[in-house]
Amino acid sequence: MTSEVVAAASVPVPGRAQRVREIATERRGLRGALLPILHAVQHELGYVDQPDVAVIADVLNLSVAEVHGVVTFYKDFRRAPAGRTTVAICQAEACRSVGAVALADHARAALGCAFGETTPDQRITLEEIFCFGNCALGPAVQVGDRLHGRVTPTRLDALLGEAR
Amino acid sequence: MTKVFVSRDSAARSVGADEVAERITSLAPDVTVVRNGSRGMLWLEPLVEVETAAGRVAYGPVAPEDVDGLVAGGLLAGSTDLGAYLGVTEELPWMQRQQRLTFARVGVTDPLSIEDYVAHGGLAGLRKALAMTPGDVVESVVGSGLRGRGGAGFPTGIKWRTVLGAESELKFVCCNADEGDSGTFADRMLIEGDPFTLIEGMTIAAYAVGASEGYVYLRSEYPDAVATLRAAIDLAREAGWLGADVLGSGFSFDLYVRVGAGAYICGEETSMLESLEGKRGMVRAKPPIPALQGLFGRPTVVNNVLSLATVPIILKDGPEAYAAYGTGRSLGTSVFQLGGNVARGGIVETAFGITLGELVNDFGGGTSSGRPVRAVQVGGPLGAYLPVDQFDLPMDYEAFAAAGAMVGHGGIVIFDDTVDMASMARFAFEFCAAESCGKCTPCRVGAVRGVETIDRIVAGDNRKQNLVVLDDLCDLMTDGSLCAMGGLTPLPVRSAVRHFGEDFAK
Repeated sequence: MTSEVVAAASVPVPGRAQRVREIATERRGLRGALLPILHAVQHELGYVDQPDVAVIADVLNLSVAEVHGVVTFYKDFRRAPAGRTTVAICQAEACRSVGAVALADHARAALGCAFGETTPDQRITLEEIFCFGNCALGPAVQVGDRLHGRVTPTRLDALLGEAR
Repeated sequence: MTKVFVSRDSAARSVGADEVAERITSLAPDVTVVRNGSRGMLWLEPLVEVETAAGRVAYGPVAPEDVDGLVAGGLLAGSTDLGAYLGVTEELPWMQRQQRLTFARVGVTDPLSIEDYVAHGGLAGLRKALAMTPGDVVESVVGSGLRGRGGAGFPTGIKWRTVLGAESELKFVCCNADEGDSGTFADRMLIEGDPFTLIEGMTIAAYAVGASEGYVYLRSEYPDAVATLRAAIDLAREAGWLGADVLGSGFSFDLYVRVGAGAYICGEETSMLESLEGKRGMVRAKPPIPALQGLFGRPTVVNNVLSLATVPIILKDGPEAYAAYGTGRSLGTSVFQLGGNVARGGIVETAFGITLGELVNDFGGGTSSGRPVRAVQVGGPLGAYLPVDQFDLPMDYEAFAAAGAMVGHGGIVIFDDTVDMASMARFAFEFCAAESCGKCTPCRVGAVRGVETIDRIVAGDNRKQNLVVLDDLCDLMTDGSLCAMGGLTPLPVRSAVRHFGEDFAK
C-alpha cells in the first residue's frame, strides 16, 4: 500500500522533534506504548518521519532498529506526507465480486497514479485496502474519513471531483 | 413523542444514513431520531423505522432525496401506504426466520444508552456470574458448547479452564477484533451496534479466569467501531460496570482499546499479542499456548468478538438453553454474513445446521447482478470456493472440514458466472504474499512461487507439470507453515482448481 521509499531529503520542521518527544512521553506508561505513539504522531503530524524514529526510541529506551522495524511492518504508518485527500479502494474478495478491480483501473487512469502514489498536484493519494467490513454494499471506497458503498465508476468520478 | 430510528452503522452511513437522519430532524424537529445499530438487512439501508402502536415499522431503502416526499406522505405517522413501506420490522420474513441471541439487541437499542442496554436484558449475565464461583462460570461456558467464532472453533470454555488453572498474579483477557477477512463484518456491526455486550462478555471472562486487565485489538479500518467502543467503555466505567469494584462485587477489571495498523496477520492470535506488546506482528511458534504464556508472557484469554459477546446470554439463560440450538458438535447459533455479489446481503444469525444454499438463495436471494451464482467463498480469504452443487452442505464445523472447506468466521461471499476463478486463486496467493509476516519460509516464499506458478498454468506453459508443482507447493504450505496464513492459503487455491478447473485451461 504505502511506498517503502523514505522521503529522500526530509526537511526538518522546527519544533517537530520536541513535539514527537512530548507525544511519546505522554504515552510511554501504556502497555505496548509504541503503536499508540506512532498512531498519535501520524494523526497529529501527518506521517512518521525518519528523525522521529530516533526520538521515540530514546523515550521508550528501545533501539532505533526496533522502532524502525515496527514502523515499516505496518502499512498504516506513512513515511512521507500524503496528498490532501486519501482515497482508499477496497480490493478484497467481496468487493472484487462486484467490480472493484475495474474500479481501481478506472481510478488509476483518472488520477494518473498507482496505488501508494499521490497526484502531482498533491491533491489525492490513492491507496488499496483489504476490507472495510462493508462487504454487502461493495465496492467500498473511503474518501478522507468518509466511507462510501456501492461505488460505481461514475460515482467515483464525482467523489474524486469533490476532493480538494 | 414520535420515535424514529436511523442506523449509525458504518454500512448504513456509507449509503447515506446520516443525510437521511439530518433531513428528518430538519423537517420534524420535535421527532426523536435514535441512531441505532443496523438490523442487518443491509440491502435495505438506509432503513428508517418508526415506532407505532403496532410496533416498529420499517421503510427502506430510503435515499436522502426521498425523505421529503415520505414525510409529506405520512412516514412519521407510520403510514402503510408508502412505496417504501416494508411492514413491522420484527415480522419481516428475513427477521422472523432468524434466531438472534448474540445479535439480540443489535439494531434494536441505542448502542450508547446504558438505560436501553439494561432494559433489554443487559448485565443479567454478569450479575449471575458474579454470584457464582469463577470455576462454575467456566463450566457454564464449557457446558454451552460455545466454540471460538473467530474461525478455529476451539471450545471457549476449555481455553478459559486452562487460564483459570494457571498461576499468576497478573492475567489478561484479549479480544481479537482484527476482523480482516473479506466478507466478514459481524464483529464490526456488533461493536458499533451493541458494544456493552462485548464489555460484559469480557468482564465475565476476566472474572472467570482471574484477569484484571482487558484489551480489545480493533482494526484501524473500522474507525466508527473504535469511537463507539471507546465511548461505551467510558460510559461503563462511569456506571461502575468496569473499574476497581465491578457492580459493587469487589472484583476489579478494566478495559482498553488498542488500534491495529493495517496488518491482516494481526488477526492471528500470537501475532496480535506481539502487536499489542508494541512489536512487529510476527507470529509466535506454539507451544507455549497463549492461555499459559500470552500477552507479556502472562496467562491470557484470547477470544473473538462474537465468542465473548455470546457469553452474557449463556450466563443469563443457562448453558443448556444455548446448547439446545445447533447440531452435532456445532452448538448454539452462528452469525453468518452474506456479502459480495448478493441481492440481499447482511447478517443472518441462526442455529448451526442451516444449509449453504438456504443462506445464499433463501436469505440472500441470489446475486445482485441477476446472473446465476457460480461460486461462493466461505470463511474469508483463507476459506474454500464452493460450487452450487455443494449448496446442500450444512453450516457445521465438521461437515465443512469433511468437504475440504471451513466455516471460519461465517462470512459468505457470492460470485456470479462472470468470475474468473484462476484470477481468484492467483489473488489468494497475492494476498498471502502481501500480508505474510515473513517469519516462516513456506508462507513468505511459497505465496510468491504460487503466483508465478498460476501465471504459468494460465499462460499454457507446461500446464500439466505446473499443476503438479502447484499441488506440491500447496502440500508444503499446508504442512510447513507456522500459522493459518500460509497453512490455509492452499484452501481457496485448491478448491478453485478442483471445482473450477476449466478456468485454468483457457
